[in-house]
Amino acid sequence: MLIFAFFSQSLLAQEPDLDLGKKLFNANCAACHKLNKKSIGPALKGVSAKYDKEWLYSWIKNSSAMIKSGDDQAVAIWEEYNKSVMTGFPQFSSVDIDNIIAYTDYTPPAPVVSVLDSGQLANSNSGSTISNEIILGALVVVFLLLIVMLILVRRTLIRIAFASGVDITPPIKEKRLPIWKTFVNNQFIVFVTVVLLLLSSAYYVYGFLMQVGVDQGYMPVQPIHYSHKIHAGANQIECKYCHSSARVSKHSGIPALNVCMNCHQNISDYNGEEDIENGYTKEFYTNEIKKLYAAVGWDEENQVYTGNTEPVKWIRIHNLPDFVYFNHAQHVMVGEVKCQTCHGPVEEMEIMYQYSPLTMGWCINCHRETNVKVKDNEYYTKIHEELSKKYGVEKLTVAEMGGLECGKCHY
Amino acid sequence: MATNKTYWKSIDQLDQDNPIVAKLEQDEFPQKLPKDFNNQDSIIEDNSSSRRDFLKYIGFTTAAATIAACEGPVVKSVPYVVQPEQILPGVANFYASAIADGYDFASVLVKTREGRPIKIESNTESPVLGYANARVHASVLSMYDSLRLQGPKVNQSDINWGGFMIQFKEKLRLLKSSNKPVILLTQTFASPTTHDLINKLITKYSNISHVIYDTISESSALDAFENIYGKRGFAEYDFSKAETIISIDADILGDWQGGGYDVGYSDGRIPKKETGKISRMSYHMQFESNMSLSGANADKRIPASPSILKNILAFIYGELSNQRVKSKLDPKIRKAALLAIKKIKNSGSKAVLVSGIQETKAQELVIAINTLIKSQAFDAKNLKLTRQGNSKKVDEFVKDLIEGKIAGLINVGVNPVNNLSEGIKIGEAIKKLDFSATFSLKMDETASVSQYVGALPHYLESWGDYEFKTGQYVLAQPTIHPLFDTLQFQDVLIDIIDEKHDYYSYIKKYWTDNILSGHSFSQTLHDGFFIKPLLNRNIEMINIQDMLIKANSLCVEKEKGISLILYSKIGMGDGQQANNPWLKEFPDPITRVSWDNYLTVSKSDAESIGLKNVNVANGALNGSYATIKVGKTKLTIPVLIQPGQSKGTVGLAFGYGKKLGLKDEMQTGINAYSLYQNQNKVQQVSIYPAEGYHEFACVQLHNTLMGRGDIVKETTLEIFNTKDKEYWNSVPMVSKNHIETKVTSPEVDMWQSFDTSIGHHFNLSIDLNSCTGCGACVIACHAENNVPVVGKDEVRRSRDMHWLRIDRYYSSEESFDSDNETKDNISGLGDSLTTFGEMENPSENPQVVFQPVMCQHCNHAPCETVCPVAATSHGRQGQNHMAYNRCVGTRYCANNCPYKVRRFNWFLYNKNDEFDYYMNDDLGRMVLNPDVVVRSRGVMEKCSFCIQKTQKTILDAKLEGREIKDGEFQTACSKACGNRSIVFGDVNDKESKVSKLKENSRMYHLLESVGTKPNVMYQMKVRNTDKT
Repeated sequence: MLIFAFFSQSLLAQEPDLDLGKKLFNANCAACHKLNKKSIGPALKGVSAKYDKEWLYSWIKNSSAMIKSGDDQAVAIWEEYNKSVMTGFPQFSSVDIDNIIAYTDYTPPAPVVSVLDSGQLANSNSGSTISNEIILGALVVVFLLLIVMLILVRRTLIRIAFASGVDITPPIKEKRLPIWKTFVNNQFIVFVTVVLLLLSSAYYVYGFLMQVGVDQGYMPVQPIHYSHKIHAGANQIECKYCHSSARVSKHSGIPALNVCMNCHQNISDYNGEEDIENGYTKEFYTNEIKKLYAAVGWDEENQVYTGNTEPVKWIRIHNLPDFVYFNHAQHVMVGEVKCQTCHGPVEEMEIMYQYSPLTMGWCINCHRETNVKVKDNEYYTKIHEELSKKYGVEKLTVAEMGGLECGKCHY
Repeated sequence: MATNKTYWKSIDQLDQDNPIVAKLEQDEFPQKLPKDFNNQDSIIEDNSSSRRDFLKYIGFTTAAATIAACEGPVVKSVPYVVQPEQILPGVANFYASAIADGYDFASVLVKTREGRPIKIESNTESPVLGYANARVHASVLSMYDSLRLQGPKVNQSDINWGGFMIQFKEKLRLLKSSNKPVILLTQTFASPTTHDLINKLITKYSNISHVIYDTISESSALDAFENIYGKRGFAEYDFSKAETIISIDADILGDWQGGGYDVGYSDGRIPKKETGKISRMSYHMQFESNMSLSGANADKRIPASPSILKNILAFIYGELSNQRVKSKLDPKIRKAALLAIKKIKNSGSKAVLVSGIQETKAQELVIAINTLIKSQAFDAKNLKLTRQGNSKKVDEFVKDLIEGKIAGLINVGVNPVNNLSEGIKIGEAIKKLDFSATFSLKMDETASVSQYVGALPHYLESWGDYEFKTGQYVLAQPTIHPLFDTLQFQDVLIDIIDEKHDYYSYIKKYWTDNILSGHSFSQTLHDGFFIKPLLNRNIEMINIQDMLIKANSLCVEKEKGISLILYSKIGMGDGQQANNPWLKEFPDPITRVSWDNYLTVSKSDAESIGLKNVNVANGALNGSYATIKVGKTKLTIPVLIQPGQSKGTVGLAFGYGKKLGLKDEMQTGINAYSLYQNQNKVQQVSIYPAEGYHEFACVQLHNTLMGRGDIVKETTLEIFNTKDKEYWNSVPMVSKNHIETKVTSPEVDMWQSFDTSIGHHFNLSIDLNSCTGCGACVIACHAENNVPVVGKDEVRRSRDMHWLRIDRYYSSEESFDSDNETKDNISGLGDSLTTFGEMENPSENPQVVFQPVMCQHCNHAPCETVCPVAATSHGRQGQNHMAYNRCVGTRYCANNCPYKVRRFNWFLYNKNDEFDYYMNDDLGRMVLNPDVVVRSRGVMEKCSFCIQKTQKTILDAKLEGREIKDGEFQTACSKACGNRSIVFGDVNDKESKVSKLKENSRMYHLLESVGTKPNVMYQMKVRNTDKT
């Protein structure tokens, strides 16, 4: 075993390591380079074919020196890419660079296989659907036959009975009061029923009226299918990275499109998980990214902003009435309330919806139950001391701090 | 036994077979119902639907509409594509800037939200006119004026700026080649860069000459200063250094010499303890004709006609310089003038004399007197440059224009057609000119007769640099992208003289080269001001001769007829912002009349001429009309009887009566400029009564306190210094079990107190001594709290919405105390009726006091107990909350409020064509404060102690994790009060200013005897009646 491990390692040392190369590429190069596409820098697929290996080593380690020295190739590429200088990576060893180049040269053989695979799958799938239909058709025929047979049997039996003189006419039933008349005659039951009806209708009317203007569960279709599930869930992007004004402002803020471009300047294709059942394919998501590019005026081909912008008209989900003052900074920063407390499991929402009812009762309830985060906030030191003396408790709820007063939210 | 007696109504009924009777018995209505639908009978006949059907449809549609309405509307949110770094939605940005519209000059802070300016505040850090008055506070709304010029025009048709400039420059070139004279008529810019540009323009086009024209002339004071010192400007006055202020017709708290003196003045008005127990404050004596704001604040006010005022000035000069002046004064006035002289002599260099008499001789005498007494408050070294107009040059220009001697005219920021008495002739002459151009914000009277009309941006959309005083520079920066297709006049100049810069870079270059001497431009822009240390600050008198001759020539005979004194109101100024609804609805501090100007007449003159003021049944005020004649000009003006108006004089305010560029509702009042002959504010007039009555929108009808001493408390400095607090500021007593107990004592309190000892407890203190009634707080409150404008008719019905009002009381006696005595001496009902009647008529020269009143935020609030839906409730921080969405509009609270500070929304004031003010157009609504809800119809509203501001301060402290320092809590009014008369803060912070004021001996609460325990307190008025 040991020998085998040693052997394999020495093998790996000689052969460039694809995984290591991928890691290095993603960590250091991916910000400016893509494999198959021009980005800030050129596409790197097949770069070893274009340039000499030694040249690549020195270019990657210190490109600006090469440009200064007047190397033809270096100057040409420098001028092609708007004279932007590539960051030098003197920390890379030649082995590291070899690994990266190996990764960029590597063409996965997988696609051919996968095409075959999916073709086969498709074939077997279509076969099974056909057989299902045949089975269903056969079953229908069998059932029809059964019905016909039963009818025939019954006829024969009646004929036999008639022939053998058996009387098969059903006995005449005693005439009873119809059930509704019994019901009407019994005043007690009528009374109970009416009361029940009234109560239940009152219950439903009340319920109906109370949900007027409450948009819990409101899930509009947005102009760009933005998936919180991918961003906040799969990619673990912190909420306040995009909704940064929640830190300082009453508004959480819909991020400006330039915030999206912080990442999407490089991420132009979706390569994550798919949900084919709902139509969320890779193409679908990539297409949504293109919508962003159109809105922000990003020319992917030439990697420049065209200046033709088209602001996105998002549909607002959380709408508080004008007469309520709500401040995100107060809750998120001072109260350290998690975004999910009010907005629900956003990181699992493929389509954003209103999780909470946003009614006054809901607000008040939370104010009654939640303790104020007084720790390490000098503002509260004195007030907390006095208040806890008054109420005789160490922890104070928002309500005890005056959080139920009308004027705190309505002005 | 029942009878078979038949009752009948008509003889026909007795005939059983009559078919008509039978039919009538059957049908309730003998004829078909009358139809209101004109000529549509056939449609109705043909229609098969019955009344029942109609009800069914109605029922169905109502239900359907109700259900459909439950569906919420789809709201769109559009974020920025690229968010500007400094803009955060929901967070306000403040920019230091400056206003310099030719009339108001001030350093300001502009509050913007999401890139929209929404409020103007004083730039308190700026030592250069860092005080924003009511008009400056309101100026933000003038930017969102939908009637502004939206682009350049040539011959009344729209054009783009490129085309405009090509034609404009071509015209200038032609005029130059034929060497025809062109006049550049501008407002006072007080801008070094602009003057540099104008000089370059004149160098290039030698046929252009520059004339500066101030709408309301201060030329005499400038001429006098120039005669004596050889430079043009005003001497600077610092009233905080003055112990004695003698003012002869100078409205130092109004717009005299450009205004801005309130802060220094009120600083000296608060009695300060010096050595031992004795407190000192300044002594202010005012000689004047109209009742001005300064006269109202004076310790002693002597009404006098203009001729007497000149005699007084000459007399004072004579006495102080020990020379004989042939002044003619009657004994009463002479006594007062001698008191003034005595006061000046006693104070020595701590006295100052100022005058608003518009004669160069008089203004020279003022300089002579102040130099003679070596007044510390008088400073000729720091020139104030906020007025630079020259009436003589303007007169020459008008003469030349009318005589056809000039070929071209360029107006910038001025409106001579409306604002000069020969306006109509000027208008005709401009039409005949070869070339006429007007750069203006509005399509005003002058612009409408000019060939070229350039749309100027508002100052909040412009760059600017100003030198308000020598060596004291101010920068202005745009706070919003221009709303319309406008261009600054300076950019036009730069284009004409072929410079390659825009105005911003030109300013930057000019400042770096000439002003900043190494100081950072960005830092200056951030601060808004730059003070250049002046090396050579000496200024020499070059000509101070013949003063005695000048004084003697001022000793004129008393005028025979009636003198009209034209003045400017604190709310309207020169009338530039006449289309500003906030300013129109702002009640004048003295007369309490909004929306109008009027002829102020003394009571005795009114009686002799036959003019009347009447209160009509609904409590509104009507005034009769008078026709006045100045030379050949005749005007019919409504009359307001003004207590304290000097006999033989009448007053009329500028700024009203404009028609062009104003909404219909705004076209109120009379244009006083048509009487402003030779730019002289004093005119001889004849007055006749005219037909009919004018309906005023007056918000306060009680002129006096009627002896209700616990509203305004007042004492004299002598009593204040010598007697105990119990004597002059006693707490009211109530009887409990026949024992007199203080009303503040818990024994006589039937309320359960709120515990306000923890956290913040807000209090507001208003000092009646330093409050000058300027009204900046009223407008600031308007802007901060989205207070609607209701219009003249509604104000007349007492439905004005001001959350903060400034009550003005007259006392007919020497002081309010004597009023109280008069009241106490009333015996019997008959006597009370006559005595109260007399007390309602203030005498010829009343004492005046201003009292800002807003919701008092009572700890024991009567409004809270009567609200059936608990819409108004008490907060632990001392604020009386008002939840508008909970209010159902019973108005019980307003009825139960002893201070009458609650305001009811009788109508929907936004998006309603019946109230076509700023809240009815998209542009005007941009000024609304997004942190305060816009109230709807049928709810009560009132001052909230700017809870949105206190909450913001608390939140900021929590976010930064620190305690709140004193001075951080502010309301809109306390922030606007440059006089520091309104102080807001937390009384639980024992070190705060407001908690010290609460312990002050002058402190009292309004109507303390009611026991409401308000959180607003007043510092009682102390009048300096010291005769030594």
